[in-house]
Amino acid sequence: MKKLMTLLAVSGFAVAGEASADYALNLTEGVTELSRDIHDLHMLIFWICVGIGVLVYGILVYSLIHHRKSKGAVPAQFHENTKIEILWTVIPFLILLGMAIPATRVMIKVYDTTGADLTVKVTGYQWKWKYDYLDEGVSFFSTLSAKSNEARQMGSGIDPATVDHYLLDVDHPLVLPVGKKVRFLFTGGDVIHSWWVPDLGWKKDTIPGFITDGWATIEKPGTYRGQCTELCGRDHAFMPIVVVAKPEAEYREWLAAQKGTADQAAGEPATPQEKPSDHQPEPPLAAAGSSEATSPAPAIDEPLTQEVAMTLGKEVYESHCQSCHQANGEGVPGLFPAIHGSPVVVQGPVAAHIQLVLNGKPPLMASFRNILKPREVAAVIT
Amino acid sequence: MSVSAIHDDHHDHGPAKGLMRWVTTTNHKDIGTLYMVTSLIMFMVGGAMALVIRAELFEPGMQFVDPMFFNSMTTLHALIMVFGAVMPAFAGLANWMIPMMIGSPDMALPRLNNWSFWLLPFAALMLMSTLFMEGGAAAAGWTLYPPLVLQTGAAFPFTIFTIHILGVSSILAAINIIVTILNMRAPGMTLMKMPLFVWTWLITAFLLIAIMPVFAGAVTMLLTDKFFGTSFFNAAGGGDPVLYQHLFWFFGHPEVYVLILPSFGIVSQIIPTFSRKRLFGYSSMVYATASIGFLSFIVWAHHQYTVGMPIEGELYFTYATMLIAVPTGVKVFNWISTMWRGAITFESPMLWAIAFVVLFTLGGFTGLMMSISPADLQYHDTYFIVAHFHYVLVSGAVFAIIGGVYYWLPKWTGRMYDERLAQLHFWLTTLSVNLCFFPQHFLGLAGMPRRIPDYALQFAEFNAWSSVGAFIFGFSQLIFCYIVIRCMRRQGEHASDEVWEGAGEHGLEFTLPSPAPYHTWETPPNVH
Repeated sequence: MKKLMTLLAVSGFAVAGEASADYALNLTEGVTELSRDIHDLHMLIFWICVGIGVLVYGILVYSLIHHRKSKGAVPAQFHENTKIEILWTVIPFLILLGMAIPATRVMIKVYDTTGADLTVKVTGYQWKWKYDYLDEGVSFFSTLSAKSNEARQMGSGIDPATVDHYLLDVDHPLVLPVGKKVRFLFTGGDVIHSWWVPDLGWKKDTIPGFITDGWATIEKPGTYRGQCTELCGRDHAFMPIVVVAKPEAEYREWLAAQKGTADQAAGEPATPQEKPSDHQPEPPLAAAGSSEATSPAPAIDEPLTQEVAMTLGKEVYESHCQSCHQANGEGVPGLFPAIHGSPVVVQGPVAAHIQLVLNGKPPLMASFRNILKPREVAAVIT
Repeated sequence: MSVSAIHDDHHDHGPAKGLMRWVTTTNHKDIGTLYMVTSLIMFMVGGAMALVIRAELFEPGMQFVDPMFFNSMTTLHALIMVFGAVMPAFAGLANWMIPMMIGSPDMALPRLNNWSFWLLPFAALMLMSTLFMEGGAAAAGWTLYPPLVLQTGAAFPFTIFTIHILGVSSILAAINIIVTILNMRAPGMTLMKMPLFVWTWLITAFLLIAIMPVFAGAVTMLLTDKFFGTSFFNAAGGGDPVLYQHLFWFFGHPEVYVLILPSFGIVSQIIPTFSRKRLFGYSSMVYATASIGFLSFIVWAHHQYTVGMPIEGELYFTYATMLIAVPTGVKVFNWISTMWRGAITFESPMLWAIAFVVLFTLGGFTGLMMSISPADLQYHDTYFIVAHFHYVLVSGAVFAIIGGVYYWLPKWTGRMYDERLAQLHFWLTTLSVNLCFFPQHFLGLAGMPRRIPDYALQFAEFNAWSSVGAFIFGFSQLIFCYIVIRCMRRQGEHASDEVWEGAGEHGLEFTLPSPAPYHTWETPPNVH
């Protein structure tokens, strides 16, 4: 009777090895050297385990069938046999040694971040990612796409099946060149997150106050999707990662377009609230291309009209505020206060509201001083 | 017999009446029962939380609960199952069985025993009360990683205080078990003659004493970080959030062996009985358990392969972790050799033990896969790990506990459980546990992170299966409750003293009457 279960277990794993096309049963081979190495290592250990499993379960099943009392089996009296006990200690040890050698080789490769062609700094925030192209002065936020975000609200009435790449789509993907060694530096803006794109072969935690690193040389143009993998609070499930790998030339074009909008942003007059960044070794914030960089931005130097402010404010609210304070501003009782009808936000002086947004409210609300541009602050508060 | 004689008899040897019997009892059997009943209740409570999780995950989209509440459910499910269900179940089995197995009249420290139990229900109640506090219960996962856990609302200090109390309770129980085993053995019961269940608990108790203070210390540092301005885990003040992870897993890894070593012991009791054959390698089993206990202290950072340790650390923890496969393999080979050429029968306890060997080994394979650090960079924090630890903790620890209950229940109550219902319970549970957790391997490999309340469409199918499995699993346990309650109410056939054919040769407990009298081994047995 155990046979059934053993078969289930072993064949189940065997299926995992073979039929990977349709249902994504197995680890992806990915699109980098590392991901392939790791995939191969995974398959190696997997088959070793299958081999040991067949042997162990085989003996067990044989014994269960043939050595049962109902078949008139008479118990043997043997016990303890030094020879066999040494064997079944030493042989597994040697098998482990056989696994440790390739594992070490791959791990050393994973850690070799030298000789990178470009460096991208990835910062995890609750609940979005920020990407800084360190040598290029390009920087932007990447949040869950509006469609997914709408559909994932409870009682939204939107069938997730009607949303393209439900929960795996963002407003501004990370664009990287194909065939270049990209070094990633990771840090966290508030809590620990973890940046994982399975096709790149690994994940890395983003730890506030510390920098971790990793690398990837993407071999094939394409769109690769991943998610945050370290529990980071309420919307942990809703901060996906999208990497778009483009051929070098297209990447350059994209970069130039980004820089264009960034330069425009840099020309914006500084306001009194704008203080130089005091603790982050980043390019000046005003120069940071914002998450609006690729949207058809209204002419940026003009004074905000009510209409423009409302549109821009809505965008900012959706990407930065809504996840806590909700689309209707009612918040989440006991956790995220309601904005709708709040004394500070709605009835109080504007200055208090600006201070709140800029400084945040520890421990839950982050300071948006370094995240939003003055213009966006003005817009969102309107 | 005169009335007064009966009365005296009762006064000397029977339990007191009513509720106070349970509040003031110092009897190891009463306390064992209290632990077991508490454990069963908490198992159902933690299970209900798991069903909330699986209901939300049945299909994509958010249907039932807020993501924050979902996170509270995953957090409390784990804390309750680990500290409220599995550990108390082992403590209950230890209380019932260790004195009977080593020929001792009771535990060495009976009043301490009462105290260590009664801390438990209050700690559990306090933990559950956090659900109703402002800001909801802790939602940072049972690992309580800062900085996230510092965002917990009013529940934060209560959660930590709960952990302190549970820790005190575990330490007291562990001290009691060590003292009992080292001092109260019957003449002739040398250490190397002790039943394996006693051995595994002895080692487990040492693990508990070593790790609980570390955990208590770590969560106290969280407390001072939050309320007293310290910066142990805050980089802005010179601290390090990863330091917490090191402290936590220095506790956490031995802790998972706390959850599995006594299971090894139970299975090592059951398999020889129903194979009608001695355990193949008694001493190598003892040494293997001790090696696992030792190794458990030096492998903790394999839970942190992705935090950016230096490569030397990464490789060291890889090698050390892989080594655990050796003594664990020795144990599995021993169980199979014990069955080999035995005369096997398939009563319920044996079914659970065999399922344990098969499914725990499966969980061991995935554990080995994850010990390989480069591969773990993919597996880490996905459903692959969720599948892994549920295979070793549900079809491992929980199966062993249920097997142990079926094995000893007739001895405790004097009644045979309903074998047909028990078989039904076994098959429903075993099939549904695989339906629930096996697809999670695929989910993890395909890229589904753990601890998420909603997921992309390509994960929908396996999640639906998994949820169906979880619900069948959960409701099957009602059969178990029914079976146990029937025996406790003294319904069903009388059990013989030996209970199982030839069991008297496999343990002192089966040389006692069934049900075991309130006081046993007032005169120590002679062990040879």
